[in-house]
Amino acid sequence: MDAAAAAAAEEEGREKPPVIYTMENKPIVTCAGDQNLFTSLYPTLSQQLPREPMEWRRSYGRAPKMIHLESNFVQFKEELLPKEGNKALLTFPFLHIYWTECCDTEVYKTTVKDDITKWQNVLKAHNSLDWLIVVVESDAKKKNKTNILPRTSIVDKIRNDFCNKQSDRCVVLSDPLKDSSRSQESWNAFLTKLRTLLLMSFTKNLGKFEDDMRTLREKRTEPGWSFCEYFMVQEELAFVFEMLQQFEDALVQYDELDALFSQYVVNFGAGDGANWLTFFCQPVRSWNGLILRKPIDMEKRELIQNQEATLLDLRSYLFSRQCTLLIFLQRPWEVSQRALELLHNCVQELKLLEVSVPPGALDCWVFLSCLEVLQRIEGCCDRAQIDANVSHTVGLWSYATEKLKSLGYLCGLVSEKGPNSEDLNRTVDLLAGLGAERPETANASQSPYKKLKEALSSVEAFEKHYLDLSHATIEMYTNIGRIRSAKLVGKDLAEFYMRKKGPQKAEVYLQGALKTYLAEGWALLVTHTRKQLAECQKQLGQIENYLQTSSLLAGDNHLTENERKSFCQEILDFANQQEENQGQKVVLPMQCFAQLQTLHFDPPNAVVHVGGKLLIELTLLSQMPIPVQVDQIAIHVHFSIEKNSYRKTAEWLTKHKTSNGVISFPNEITSFPLSRNNLPALELYEMYERSPSDNSLNTAGIICKNVHMLLRRQESSSSLDMPSGVTLEDGAHVLKCSNLILEPGVNKITFNTQAKEPGTYTLRQLCISVGKVQFVLLHIYPIAQYDVYSQEPQLKVEPMTDSLLAGIPQKVKFTVTTGHYTMKNGDTLQLSNADAMPILYHPESKAVIYSNTREKISESSLKIQSSEKITSISLPVAPAYHVIEFELEVMYLPSATQSVVETENTTNKEVHRKNKEKQKQDNCMATVDQKVTIDCPWSIYSTIIALTFCIPFNAKHSLLSAGKRKYVQVCVQNLSDLSFQLSDNSLKNSADCTDFQLIPLNPESQQVIHSKQSIFFVWELRWTKELPLSLQCLFSVSFCPATSEEQSITLKPFIYEFQVENFFTLYHVKTEIFPPPGAEYCKTGSLCSLEVSITRLVDLSDVDRDEALTESDGYCTTKLMYEVGDNSSNWAVCGKSSGVVSMPVAAQATHKVHMEVMPLFAGYLPFPDVRLFKYLPHHSAHSTQLDADSWIENDNLSVDKNVDDQADSSSIRSRGSLHSAASGEHKGLPMPRLQSFSSGQVFNCSIGMQILVIPSKDDHVLEVSVT
Amino acid sequence: LLLSVVCFAPQNYPLYIRSVPTENELKFHYTVHTSLDVVDEKISAMGKALVDQRELYLGLLYPTEDYKVYGYVTNSRVKFVMVVDSSNTALRDNEIRSMFRKLHNSYTDIMCNPFYNPGDRIHSRAFDSMVNSMMMQVC
Repeated sequence: MDAAAAAAAEEEGREKPPVIYTMENKPIVTCAGDQNLFTSLYPTLSQQLPREPMEWRRSYGRAPKMIHLESNFVQFKEELLPKEGNKALLTFPFLHIYWTECCDTEVYKTTVKDDITKWQNVLKAHNSLDWLIVVVESDAKKKNKTNILPRTSIVDKIRNDFCNKQSDRCVVLSDPLKDSSRSQESWNAFLTKLRTLLLMSFTKNLGKFEDDMRTLREKRTEPGWSFCEYFMVQEELAFVFEMLQQFEDALVQYDELDALFSQYVVNFGAGDGANWLTFFCQPVRSWNGLILRKPIDMEKRELIQNQEATLLDLRSYLFSRQCTLLIFLQRPWEVSQRALELLHNCVQELKLLEVSVPPGALDCWVFLSCLEVLQRIEGCCDRAQIDANVSHTVGLWSYATEKLKSLGYLCGLVSEKGPNSEDLNRTVDLLAGLGAERPETANASQSPYKKLKEALSSVEAFEKHYLDLSHATIEMYTNIGRIRSAKLVGKDLAEFYMRKKGPQKAEVYLQGALKTYLAEGWALLVTHTRKQLAECQKQLGQIENYLQTSSLLAGDNHLTENERKSFCQEILDFANQQEENQGQKVVLPMQCFAQLQTLHFDPPNAVVHVGGKLLIELTLLSQMPIPVQVDQIAIHVHFSIEKNSYRKTAEWLTKHKTSNGVISFPNEITSFPLSRNNLPALELYEMYERSPSDNSLNTAGIICKNVHMLLRRQESSSSLDMPSGVTLEDGAHVLKCSNLILEPGVNKITFNTQAKEPGTYTLRQLCISVGKVQFVLLHIYPIAQYDVYSQEPQLKVEPMTDSLLAGIPQKVKFTVTTGHYTMKNGDTLQLSNADAMPILYHPESKAVIYSNTREKISESSLKIQSSEKITSISLPVAPAYHVIEFELEVMYLPSATQSVVETENTTNKEVHRKNKEKQKQDNCMATVDQKVTIDCPWSIYSTIIALTFCIPFNAKHSLLSAGKRKYVQVCVQNLSDLSFQLSDNSLKNSADCTDFQLIPLNPESQQVIHSKQSIFFVWELRWTKELPLSLQCLFSVSFCPATSEEQSITLKPFIYEFQVENFFTLYHVKTEIFPPPGAEYCKTGSLCSLEVSITRLVDLSDVDRDEALTESDGYCTTKLMYEVGDNSSNWAVCGKSSGVVSMPVAAQATHKVHMEVMPLFAGYLPFPDVRLFKYLPHHSAHSTQLDADSWIENDNLSVDKNVDDQADSSSIRSRGSLHSAASGEHKGLPMPRLQSFSSGQVFNCSIGMQILVIPSKDDHVLEVSVT
Repeated sequence: LLLSVVCFAPQNYPLYIRSVPTENELKFHYTVHTSLDVVDEKISAMGKALVDQRELYLGLLYPTEDYKVYGYVTNSRVKFVMVVDSSNTALRDNEIRSMFRKLHNSYTDIMCNPFYNPGDRIHSRAFDSMVNSMMMQVC
């Protein structure tokens, strides 16, 4: 601005070069006319012009912009006007202003008009239409002049003379130097006009320029077209935009140029070469990097202008301009991003264009450029901004590091010995290509140029710079979380250290990188890094680590066969070294050497008895590429005894461990990434727990066997790789296998062991010894264990069926588990015989010997010798831990006495009741336990075995009467699940009486009794003479299983013995009901008469001999009590319902009792019940007749009890015995007693009779109950 | 030139690596592995965006002198990375994008295979041939 103002203010004589390539450029406006006037107005003008923005509407649909206009006002000269064909825009005057303050017509006519005309003509000659005439008016001047025309006239004249149709080209500025509102207004109007005109001029001229430029671009396919020329044209436009502070638009121009050039290069690569491009393909001779400190690198621009620029020159210049504009736009991060792209791109383009580049030249160029860009960015941002945007710049840092590294390698700076002469020559050439340092940075203490020069000057300086850069880069990467990139730089650093023979420094970086690669499962990278690490560890002398890495590498199939072999050989060499220090063994993890794949137990359930043989077969997958001679393979076994655990008994073990004996081990170290293994899969197993007694299922569930793996804290993934502190457990139990050769791939190794102590043996560790090296598998997982048990010999006798039935032959299985006892020749089982249970012996029966694993081994016939007392079974010879099985038939014969005994037993009420309940509950059979005493050869003690037999039948009897005729009924119930055939039923009187007989009413033929069914047998009892009081009966029926064939042995019949007492009919009771006299039927509610006639049927007999009998004069009477009751409340008994009668003890003596009853319902009503009891008065009691009703109430309990008992008791019980029990209770009480008759003694012939009762007509209520 | 196609599991271990055999495989692996840094960075920056509006294509990840590395991430965080020769400027962004989409479709087919365990390495003839055809087409 100062320069412009000065230029305007000073006299025209002082020439100033109009082209100023600085950012201070402004659009040029020329001033003609009154220079003094302009000078006086200039300060206000230049200050006011940019104050307000103006909207710039653009062509080609570009968005309108608000811009603040500034101008460089220069004095008008004809030379300023561009000549035809001159494309320069920067020097283009956009507006021409003529200033005048003439207010005198005369003066106007004489001088001003001519002057304007001249000015106009010049403009017209140059086709410039952008002009403005300013007429300044001031009141002061007006006053001075007398001959003034009206104010407007001058302006009008000018307009008239020059602005035909363009009246707006002439403006009036009133009193510009006064501070009045009028002058302010006039200023505003003028400024607006000025701005509008300027913009119009821009639009017009730039539009024209752009059109020309486009035309030029379209000609690019023509042969003579030059990119450099076009470049200059478009850059001109960019300059103008920049001048107008439209940096965005300016940048677009450069980007277009960039893209155009790139496209040409690509096309060139595709074979479509442009002539002009070959020029850019000249060999690279200078590689001094980007220059970003100057806004415009004139040197390079000139090279382009003169068409002498190389590709790097062009790119550098282009980028420097882009950079400048981006920084104006405050987008420094885009600079860094574009810089990286540019650098990559240049390298590619040079390659594509096949430009010859001295080795290292590009590295230098890239290195310098990177640093230059970084410094440029640092120069325009503060520290905090830079730190926050490391992610944008770190790429450049990393690229610079990489390039410096390759330079170092190229110039021999990364070797132990330092550079040789060839390296030095190369360095000198490279430094020459840098040229001299640029003046801008020459005095700075630090510059990319200085840095590179220094770095290449010596090994030490290089190291310093390289390390500085690397560390800075790693730190930056780490800070922004780009760990992988940081590791990669670290690996380069490690390589550097290795070259410099500094393995201890390299190791950290290699380990770090390796950890990352392992964690993410990058096999190839792991292999490569391991290889480097191996070298490093070798140099460091870390024998153990080196061997471990070597073993990993030897088993790595990403390496070539030869590499693997050499690593394997390394291990073997070490292992076979002559031991100078004995006992110094190197322990390495086994995973890398060989993998345990499966483990196979034989026997498969991994349970062995003491002294038994156990085979363990390991499948080892050797990872080594060559066969390896192994000194020893050992399995360390942990031994534990769980004494009181049922789970460890032979029984449980043999029953429950049913695995197939193969344990598979998951592949841990395969190429699969470890990150997956961080969470191992759930190992779920079914689990059943059975009750020890009957093997029934107690619980079922699922258990997770690797909970400890899943729930443990997630450690950083170091655990698997570094087996620090691999230790061998010392255990007494070691299984060994010696002198083997492990072939590459699958090997099967078999361990033999003989079980010694009982307990659980867990395989803990596996150790392979090769010379001094031991490969150890620390934990064998999943858990592999085998159990050793010892067992006492056992004899088990069990029925073949669910239960044994008495009376038929059934098979019983004898199982002898030999345990630790060996069956010798002559060992016998001695069974004590029992009469009730003979042992049936088939000569063809065999004993089978099974091995422990239930494999049949041999069969031998059984030798059984029976004496009276003892049955001896000679057992076959069998080794220990075998099982001998054989079957014998037994039959239980329930004897008659047995049955009686049982009956007697039941007289005990309690037992009886209990039995009954039991029978009710499960309807089970009566059982008999038969004990057998067996002497076993292995024990001095006898074994007592109880066999439980069930009696399949249950029999009941009952006495039936019909008047005087008597019948005996026997009911046989089959309780078992089998069907039987019954035959030869018979009922006999045990007392040998001839005067009566039992006449069967049963079919003679065989009958089948099915399971849970009953069969009834009936006999009529006939007698001729006096009868005995009681009758002993014996029921017997033969039976055999219905399905089985004819048995060779005769089976004993089923026998049921019982006694019938007091079965003769003493009294005949007949009941009759008569309707009221005159009526035909009984009616409800009306009294009817009831007649009970009791008739004695026999004369005095032994039965009557009791207290009720009174005898006088040979005339006997007995006292009976009758009772009429109606349980179903059909009848109402009116008056006394009971009474005592004296009954003459003589045949046909009849006693009739009358009473009144009233039917309560209509219909066929059953007769009320009539019951008879013996009435036993107390001896000392008066013979006064008691009120029977009250008396009965008193004794009600007793009677009821008897009745209850009667219902309870089974038919085998006699009345008499019951009565004696009941009477005992009353002993000592001076009260009359009642005694019921036994079932056959009273015959009620009216029982079950019914009488028709009709409803009474006057019944108001009719109850109808529907059920 | 499409030089390499790599698929990663969400945990960043490779599910599938395929590269032009003539090239320096090791260098590819290093390049691709390093590019994961940028993938992670882009994903974490993307995490805030709504899921349905998310762009799966991550664009150019990691330009180097020799290669251009492009990335793509599925909604289940499976990542695809393609390495293209830097000199191949003819390849447009849209083409890369459609190639990724093809890759994604093919990967979805693999996931539909009931015998494929998600997270296992991909051994699929169909996938191989698809990648092959892609490499052939671009070459």
